Amino acid sequence: MYGTGLAKGLMLTLRHFVDSFVDDLRYGLRKYSHATDNFGLRQGTAAKGVITVQYPDEKVAVPERFRFVPFLIVEDEDHPTRSGKDWCTSCGICAKVCPPQCIWIVRGNDPDTGRPVPEPEAFFIDIDICMNCGYCAEYCPFDAIKMDHDYELASYDRTSHHIHDKEKLSKPASYWRDIAPTRAYEEMLVRGTWEHKDAAKEARRGAASARAGSRTQQPQAEVQPAPVVTAETAAAAPAASATAEGATPWSEDDAKREERRRKALERKAKRAARSGG
Amino acid sequence: MVSPAIAPDDVVNAVSIEDSIAYLKSKHPDAVTDDEREGYSGVVVQASKLLEVARAIRDDLGFDYLSSATAVDYLGAGDHMEMVYHAYRTSGGGALVFKAQTERENPEIPSLVPVWRGADFQEREAWDLYGIKFPGHPNLRRILMWEGFHGHPMRKDWREAYYEEEQKPFDNRWPGGHVHRSEEKNVFGKNVTYPSDIDLNRLMDTSESEVYASLGLGVDVERILDKDGFETNELVVNMGPHHPSTHGVFRMVLTVDGETVTSLEPVMGYLHRNHEKIGERNTYLHNIPFTDRLDYISSMGNNHGYVLAVEQLMSLGRKYNPPTYRCEAIRVMMVELSRIVNHLWAIGFWLNDIGAFFTPVLYFIQERERILDFFEAVAGSRMMCNYMRFGGLFGDLPERIKSVSNLTNDRIRDYNTMQFLTEMVNERIPRTIDELEQLLTQNEILLERSIGVGVLSADDAINYSAAGPLLRGSGVAYDVRRADPYSIYPELDFDIAVEQDGDMYARYRVRVTELRESVRILKQILPRLEATEGESIWADGKPGAYAPRVPFGEAYGRVENGKGELGYYVVSAGGRGGSSNPWRYHVRAPSFINLTPMGLMSTGYKVADIVGILGSIDIVLGETDR
Repeated sequence: MYGTGLAKGLMLTLRHFVDSFVDDLRYGLRKYSHATDNFGLRQGTAAKGVITVQYPDEKVAVPERFRFVPFLIVEDEDHPTRSGKDWCTSCGICAKVCPPQCIWIVRGNDPDTGRPVPEPEAFFIDIDICMNCGYCAEYCPFDAIKMDHDYELASYDRTSHHIHDKEKLSKPASYWRDIAPTRAYEEMLVRGTWEHKDAAKEARRGAASARAGSRTQQPQAEVQPAPVVTAETAAAAPAASATAEGATPWSEDDAKREERRRKALERKAKRAARSGG
Repeated sequence: MVSPAIAPDDVVNAVSIEDSIAYLKSKHPDAVTDDEREGYSGVVVQASKLLEVARAIRDDLGFDYLSSATAVDYLGAGDHMEMVYHAYRTSGGGALVFKAQTERENPEIPSLVPVWRGADFQEREAWDLYGIKFPGHPNLRRILMWEGFHGHPMRKDWREAYYEEEQKPFDNRWPGGHVHRSEEKNVFGKNVTYPSDIDLNRLMDTSESEVYASLGLGVDVERILDKDGFETNELVVNMGPHHPSTHGVFRMVLTVDGETVTSLEPVMGYLHRNHEKIGERNTYLHNIPFTDRLDYISSMGNNHGYVLAVEQLMSLGRKYNPPTYRCEAIRVMMVELSRIVNHLWAIGFWLNDIGAFFTPVLYFIQERERILDFFEAVAGSRMMCNYMRFGGLFGDLPERIKSVSNLTNDRIRDYNTMQFLTEMVNERIPRTIDELEQLLTQNEILLERSIGVGVLSADDAINYSAAGPLLRGSGVAYDVRRADPYSIYPELDFDIAVEQDGDMYARYRVRVTELRESVRILKQILPRLEATEGESIWADGKPGAYAPRVPFGEAYGRVENGKGELGYYVVSAGGRGGSSNPWRYHVRAPSFINLTPMGLMSTGYKVADIVGILGSIDIVLGETDR
């Protein structure tokens, strides 16, 4: 009969309309609450109701592999030996693999010998040109450049804000472990240490010379060598309990999340001060 | 494995490629020679005999489908221009590759439009970008660049604005990388003047009249536009380039008699960025994220075709590890998921075009969202996936699809990957397809709008090199996954969707069937993923090099993408240890070539049907204009 197809389709839209309230009735405000992990109720595979997210009042947290404009890893402030030091050795591989060629690196030279030092003198990324492909992070042999999760980079003036220099690009190593715990862990397994490759090498050398020194009764080196974490010890360490039973790196308590939220607010304020001023 | 539907049933079609070449050489002994260059295949045909040989290829040997026709500039490597043709049989099998050469100064090669109409736009592109003239072409005008553009940009000695170096990586980025913006180096600055012969008041140069003249009706545009002389009852209508129904910046110029379309001419190039020139400056690796930007609805498929082409080339060398089984399985899964995304998108927006405004498409987009979430968790980006690498992938599937709170007001998600996939493949996607059918397949309005509209016959579809659902909706059971299989498709069980009617509704039905077949493939992929759990995605266990050396040769990698046959023709100039940048990088874009029969399909229908017909072809301008 003419019109049955139409009626069937209209029944479907009616069902969708009703469904959009079913989850609301079932879960109530839980579906929209912030503190708990109830977002899956709204956007998961079993969700039936309205899936929209009210940006910017609420945002979907990006997955670990998400990639946006890169940043450079520097050692944490509280690192015993290398505080604030770049992980980058200015080898230039990121500049070579960059498809739109938006990375500019000035390699530093030792003023006395004139030989290159393994640290960039200047580092620029033109974020207007960056296509967020992630190659720089993927092919960096030192895990020194990573793709960021902070996608809110709008600013009022592109000429003064869109070439990121080293200061703007640098973020502490702990930030990377925060935003991508499983990936940081996997990288640690490949490197064999939570430290930078060179730091681990130095630490080994330092430990060897300390042993040699103790034999000749020389005073102990004042600088404590950075702890070398191997894959085996890392698995046992609390920070890397990924493989331990029960505890997964992605299960985290509310305190940690609250801490991260506070940091995010700080970053936001900093950003606002930077681009607004 | 070839499915019975496309098994050769004709004696002609049983002739192998080698025998076909031998036949051509015996029939035209002085015009056809083997292409003896290292890593090359096929035959070189003397340009003066090209038309005869092409007729023999089509009529005597049954290669009825011209997949790709493109030019190569061998400046400094023989100093000649070359047209490369890839012809296939719609009954399946490999390509007969034939080439015609001409000198770089005043290059001329006879047009193959009389043999295959599908060569029409491709030869126009070769004229536009390489400056090769095609005597016998009915309408040889620029197609991507504008009329009046100076030079032919794909020629090796042509340099673009802000030209830095022939090939990337550029030397000034490292170690002395003092940053500057290219725009600061613009010598003209704001001091730009117009040539004196452009009349800014009229804002219409000669190329516009040529567009109108090409409509073939002798419409005197000057007279139509002139208010006083407006006496004709033929009307020229410009749809686009800024028109929501054209799915981007695409323009159709049509003449109408009342409401009936009497002729139609697609005008494109508004989104042209010379993807291929960029691709030839790039290294092989650099090109992968650029392919994402072609058909940005299904970037996984774009990656796949390009990676296959370069892997073909790399396999000619000594050090090459083919991808592992797990890698192939993940690739196929990703490609099929993007096919689902593509078809949901295509059907949804086609419905927008014919009047079902946004209700259906929003239902479909919910599923697309979840698939894109999955892409984002696996590849790092929702649309610009940049996921495949030569011989591998960016990374294996993560154990969990989980998000990490970073910004304020972040909402967290955390699923088990395989569980998520299983639920998607077994429940959500099939449910959405059921809903789609319930909503549309028997809907009387849809039936009346789409049945018998935009008809393309099977012979025309083949002759015009139509591909994908456009070809299969016209009753030609041709699907690259079966006709010329790649990856692990031979061992997967699925059917080619085909409909006989050749109208908009048939194309819709083809897409629905393909959605179901994709789900069928995905259901076979999931156990394969579970079986290969823990296996590396790289043959030698570690990621590939960032600057792979590619040996001398040519390769044509093609895949069945959502929009049709997507092909990449890549030439490596070789050299010691191989080259790191492609000499030629050509994209056989289905969206572009599928527009060739647009005029034919539209003539005789109403203006209101035009947007629907365009929507049923399913184009994306990132790929059309490249």
